[in-house]
Amino acid sequence: MLVTYAGEVGKDAGFNPPDAGDFNLPPFIEGNAFATKPILLAFLSVILISVFFVLSSRKAAVVPSKLQFAGESMYSFVRNDLGRDIIGREFMRFVPYLFTLFTFIIVNNWFGIIPMLQFPTMSRISFAYVLGAITFFVFHYVGIRHHGFFKYAKDILFMPGVPKPVYILLTPIELATYLVVRPLTISLRLFANMFAGHLLLLIFMLGGEYLLQGALVMKLASPVAFVLAIALTFFEFLVQCLQAYIFTLLTALYIAGALADEH
Amino acid sequence: MSSIELAAGGELNPLIPHTAEIIVGFVAFSLLYLVIRRNVVPRFEKAFAERTDAIQGGMERAEKAQKDAEAALNQYQTQLAEARSEAQSIREDARVQGAAIIEEMRAKAQEEAARITATAQAAIEAERQQAVKSLRNEVGALATELASKIVGEALDDQVRQSRIVDRFLEDLEKSK
Repeated sequence: MLVTYAGEVGKDAGFNPPDAGDFNLPPFIEGNAFATKPILLAFLSVILISVFFVLSSRKAAVVPSKLQFAGESMYSFVRNDLGRDIIGREFMRFVPYLFTLFTFIIVNNWFGIIPMLQFPTMSRISFAYVLGAITFFVFHYVGIRHHGFFKYAKDILFMPGVPKPVYILLTPIELATYLVVRPLTISLRLFANMFAGHLLLLIFMLGGEYLLQGALVMKLASPVAFVLAIALTFFEFLVQCLQAYIFTLLTALYIAGALADEH
Repeated sequence: MSSIELAAGGELNPLIPHTAEIIVGFVAFSLLYLVIRRNVVPRFEKAFAERTDAIQGGMERAEKAQKDAEAALNQYQTQLAEARSEAQSIREDARVQGAAIIEEMRAKAQEEAARITATAQAAIEAERQQAVKSLRNEVGALATELASKIVGEALDDQVRQSRIVDRFLEDLEKSK
């Protein structure tokens, strides 16, 4: 009852393509809303990431061991390419947040193609919303702390260097950008990519399975579906890494924007 | 089963979040953040700082060593030049001194030679004077003796005369 596949849920005799319902995995303990696969995966990711990075940084030395090197290269990628190069002078304050964000997203995304787990946590929009909300609060908090509330609000609402009548158009757009569009798009982008990717894999895998159960001609066609599913799995891996990168990059950009003296 | 299907139907819209997942999302993310902030970032940063320090320290040490070596080289070269010039001056001194010594020796030798020559000449002169003096005395005496002998003998013939002279000379030889 953990994983649904076409045919079980289907009411018709023919092939029922996977839909949004396939992402609603029922709790494995009846009535307990926390006993679901995505929630378990989220905690699993916390354990895996913590263990890996605590182990790899525990004996951090000048000459790194292989484990330290592995952890360190990911850390220095986030620290230097996403933190230092984008945020600039004060980047060190945000490195823990950016690094947590990047590792949390990328590992949960990888769960989508790791055998046996095979479910991207971020295809549940709740998680994407949470991360988007945290980023939203972080960058606004940073901006208000840095400029003071009124100056920060003024910079957002009345972009300097613009003719006055334009504010009639620009101010609502800016307001919507900073309060709605940014947190929403950053969450939706992550969610939609993981959702669509998982759906795509489901279609080819379940389709292949369906074909295998059919007549001889259909049986012969099923390998095509499986091969495509494998190819798409590799493609998914790329998308998963990319989405973790983009989410962290945008967060860094928003923070940098909030710290900048002019918007 | 019916409740699940009902729930699934009611929450089919994938854009509607679940309360439980939101809570878990916050909790899980916060936990991870705390671990990373407390245990991971400081250690990596420490390693980075140590590495930077090691590399920079190494370069600074190398620079210092190079400077030291340069200073030592300069010092050696200065010392070498000093030693060379010193040797040069010592050689010059020695040459001058040598020349002076030779000159002095030559002068001394000449003086000595002159002195010896003078002494010899004086001695010779004195001897000559003495010889002349004694010769004069002796010649007088001899002449007197010879004259007396010639007078004592008969001075008639030539043979006798010459015999007397010969004998006189023989006596002279013997008395010497």
